[in-house]
Amino acid sequence: MSRGALLVLADGRFPAGGHAHSGGAEAAVGAGRVTGAASLEDFCRGRLHTTGLVAAAVAAAAALGVDPGELDAAADARTPSPALRTAARRLGRQLLRAARVAWPSGELDALAGRFPKGAHQPVVLGVTARAAGLGPADAAYCAAYESVSGPASATVRLLGLDPFDATGVLARLAPEVDAVVSRAVGAARGAVGEGVDALPAASAPLLEVGAEAHAGWAVRLFAT
Amino acid sequence: MHLGHSLSHGGPDAVSAGARRPDGARRALRIGLGGPVGSGKTATVAALCRILRDEVSLAVVTNDIYTREDAEFLLREAVLPPERITAVETGACPHTAIRDDISANLEAVEDLEDEVGPLDLILVESGGDNLTATFSKGLVDAQIFVIDVAGGDDIPRKGGPGVTTADLLVVNKTDLAPHVGSDLARMAADARAQRAHLPVVFQSLRGEDGVRDVAAWVRERLAAWTA
Repeated sequence: MSRGALLVLADGRFPAGGHAHSGGAEAAVGAGRVTGAASLEDFCRGRLHTTGLVAAAVAAAAALGVDPGELDAAADARTPSPALRTAARRLGRQLLRAARVAWPSGELDALAGRFPKGAHQPVVLGVTARAAGLGPADAAYCAAYESVSGPASATVRLLGLDPFDATGVLARLAPEVDAVVSRAVGAARGAVGEGVDALPAASAPLLEVGAEAHAGWAVRLFAT
Repeated sequence: MHLGHSLSHGGPDAVSAGARRPDGARRALRIGLGGPVGSGKTATVAALCRILRDEVSLAVVTNDIYTREDAEFLLREAVLPPERITAVETGACPHTAIRDDISANLEAVEDLEDEVGPLDLILVESGGDNLTATFSKGLVDAQIFVIDVAGGDDIPRKGGPGVTTADLLVVNKTDLAPHVGSDLARMAADARAQRAHLPVVFQSLRGEDGVRDVAAWVRERLAAWTA
């Protein structure tokens, strides 16, 4: 694996559309559930062990070469909210565009041909990791970290939260990111032999419900 | 004109700065409109649509900051059929969506070409932002920066990437100049000094045909694009 390539892919400035999404933080702030650094940490911890774990496992499985079509269907089944399914495919399409320029590869071209309107973002992330010479753990790290870094940076904008406090939240969650990645990669290796049903299906109902409500807001800063 | 070649090596195009669509047809000319909040970008887009819609096939992408207000204004004014107007959500940062991470905007322009094309022209409007907000060359072929006389007549002198480098600088709301004490001659001289040979248009959309100079500039770009 190339640690340099991992840094490029994991960079929050990688131009793949993530900046327009809060990962449910805007809905949680609006509902009064996230009000400062402590409640942001709770929110991120919940997201990491549910959505984050699932995304990391799907990404790792894609990096291991599990069929993208099956993984896309598995991600659909694990995403009850139609708004989040639409957003995941849109982000997948945006990531694919950037990835095909950064790491040109036949597999990425084939994915674009098969899913012209986008596959779930973690699926694209895993195939991108393969194209970049990265492994399943790298793909899982990108997905797991993104599941908490997105809400943290969005909350800085939404609440005027002290950016050092928000970064402190991410630093405190780092050991849990390691643990989630380890679980995700184990499940992904299982999926290679047993199929996608071996992938985790942890879900955070309030994230799904909040996303549906948020999609109906007339005034909002973030797309999700 | 930006005629960058595709880096793809098979399958659908990875990037869309190239002048051709995947089927080989010429894609639409893409013109960006940026500038500070309230300077008259949406009004200029609306006026351009009214004057150009019978001449060319066109569509609009808006980048609002926190609502779909600009898109809804264009819909309400019925300057184009609704399927020709797309709003991109920008996560509180329009300048990111038009410059640093253009993926959502590229999708919007490609989807418009797929769904209502063939198109000759797509106007990409930025949400109101600051004087440093400019469009990526990967997204637009040319850009218009819109300021207004009421925002302060020292803006051309202060410069900044929008004022200095935009392909066309529009100084809007000239009818307000006497009421806000703005010196149009000074603004024109400052703009000339900042922009060398790049063009500047002074306009008021209050008057009949107020957008004609900008429309003429757009027609020139279209002629060069299709030449």
